[in-house]
Amino acid sequence: MAKTIEKSPAALYQEREKRIEDAIALGVPDRVPVIVSFSYFAAKYYGITLKEAMFDGAKMAAAWEKTITDFQPDAYENPFGTRHVGMLSEIIDYKMMRWPGHGVGDNVNFQYLDFENLKADEYDEFLFDPTDFILRKFWPRVFGNLEGVENLPPLRMIHSYGGFNSLAGLNTPEMDRVFATLDKARKQAAINAAASSAYARKMEDLGFPAVSGPSSIVPFDLISDQFRGTRGAMVDMYRRPDKLLMAIDKVLPMILDQAITAGKKMNCKRVFIPLHKGQEFFMSREQYQTFYWPGFRALMVGLIDAGLNPCPFVEGEYTSRLEFLADVPPGKVCYRFENVDFARAKEILKGHACIEGGMPISLMCTGTPEDVKARCKQMIDTVGKDGGYIMNAGVGLDNAKEENIRAMIDFTKEYGVYKK
Amino acid sequence: MAGNLVTELSNLNEKEALTIVKSRLSAGENPTRILSDVRSAMEIVGKRFEKKEYFIPDLVYSGEILNEITEIVKPRMTGALATKKRGKVIIGTVVGDIHDIGKNIVTFMLDTSGFEVHDLGVDIPPQVFVDKITETRAPVVLLSGFLTLAFDSMKQTVDAIKAAGLRDKVKICIGGGQIDDNVRKYTGADDWGPDAMTAVSFSRKWIGGK
Repeated sequence: MAKTIEKSPAALYQEREKRIEDAIALGVPDRVPVIVSFSYFAAKYYGITLKEAMFDGAKMAAAWEKTITDFQPDAYENPFGTRHVGMLSEIIDYKMMRWPGHGVGDNVNFQYLDFENLKADEYDEFLFDPTDFILRKFWPRVFGNLEGVENLPPLRMIHSYGGFNSLAGLNTPEMDRVFATLDKARKQAAINAAASSAYARKMEDLGFPAVSGPSSIVPFDLISDQFRGTRGAMVDMYRRPDKLLMAIDKVLPMILDQAITAGKKMNCKRVFIPLHKGQEFFMSREQYQTFYWPGFRALMVGLIDAGLNPCPFVEGEYTSRLEFLADVPPGKVCYRFENVDFARAKEILKGHACIEGGMPISLMCTGTPEDVKARCKQMIDTVGKDGGYIMNAGVGLDNAKEENIRAMIDFTKEYGVYKK
Repeated sequence: MAGNLVTELSNLNEKEALTIVKSRLSAGENPTRILSDVRSAMEIVGKRFEKKEYFIPDLVYSGEILNEITEIVKPRMTGALATKKRGKVIIGTVVGDIHDIGKNIVTFMLDTSGFEVHDLGVDIPPQVFVDKITETRAPVVLLSGFLTLAFDSMKQTVDAIKAAGLRDKVKICIGGGQIDDNVRKYTGADDWGPDAMTAVSFSRKWIGGK
């Protein structure tokens, strides 16, 4: 009988990374990669509340590490960016989110609030100098403990001999408070960043590549989510479409610069891009073509030109948008779908982009392991048939059943092997 | 001669619609007649949304124009506008979930379809639904939710309605981004829908109306 040789973590890391890269490059890997977003399932599995994860980095890291090593998916997710920001959020008094223990229950996921942080008549100000607008208008509206920063003189005029006397504008009691908040915030942010890097190294040492490295955002979504609000951006399509388009053009290089700079520091080329407002129910095809897709495509092409792989998380219903999604450089993009006609997606995206997803979250939460296996089999037999496919659930597994997650991962590993 | 308010408003021509409203008011027309045209126009907007000719931005914009018209017309109103409603519907986002975009669209669509909508808001505990059913005797209850935690909240709400002895008095439909028939079975609701149109047709089915 052949002796099974335990693979080293380094070998496992290489094997897993290659498996994912092969799928994204539209090749046929050794088997179908299986990636999941455990989300707060990891906290529940480990036995801590969501609030504890939000506020205690060591407990959170332990919970995610145990979950990932127990279930052994092909990549690890780093929860630090969004699931451990309780203290920092409280220091700055962040207004746009409710998080476990702050506005929602200790065991309820964080939820976003929709604000209009750029008023309809402030577009010109934003377009003239976005950094100044963000510093003096956006910050005090969204970060409660930075109120007062709006009274600063515009920093863009502090440069020349004598002009530097304007620094006196920073010497006010309200700026004392702003500086005190920033001092606490930067220290907390640095602690979070160090914990995040340490966790990433640990997971890589254990043999897991990252699901994704940098995060990014489609220009329309940035304007809608952070600045104009859902309602504001929708009304702007009618009342001030030119300004909306100018703002979209303005933020694109800012977004690209951020993702590419972050990508250079990370050990993972996959860029997570959650898609928010472009789904079928949220705008018409014509509106999508005018306001959403051009910025989305330019973002993906810019990332690809910088050697990165855009991995949009295609939230919502997207079947009628598939023709747009196919228009990207081949073998570089991986679309993770929530609700799409997967057979049609395969037909249209074949030869263009990798498809990820296919396990309905409802099945993971309410079904049985047998249901889950049957769905895995169906996806692997059809969409996964000749590579270019990654198994995943539609959204985060927060409330999924443990036995269903096990079934999804283990069955994919067993049944998803490609015959040479 | 003023243009047609129903046409201009239903085509989302903001300036034209407002001009017509102002000129009809200054010509001394009864505000209730203007509001009746507005209602007809909004019904057309709702129908176009159902047919997927209009999308959410179009609905939102029509709502913006509607608000502007109401602002202009309201000060001229002498009495309340009496409209006959088709029937009562209770709607709310279930406990733990604070998402409201989908729920608000459903409320808007039901309202333009002539239903008396009791919108409870977001993060609504089961008992609040039960109390509202007892109070209004509404025959239709719509539960909204975006997060997967809403599956359990919806189930708890249906169970609470059952425990209060009201289950056979109401028809329950669930809706939201992650909702499908697996979730319907799990929660014990009567039906489910991915969009606002399902909620409207469900209400029509159990209450009546065209």
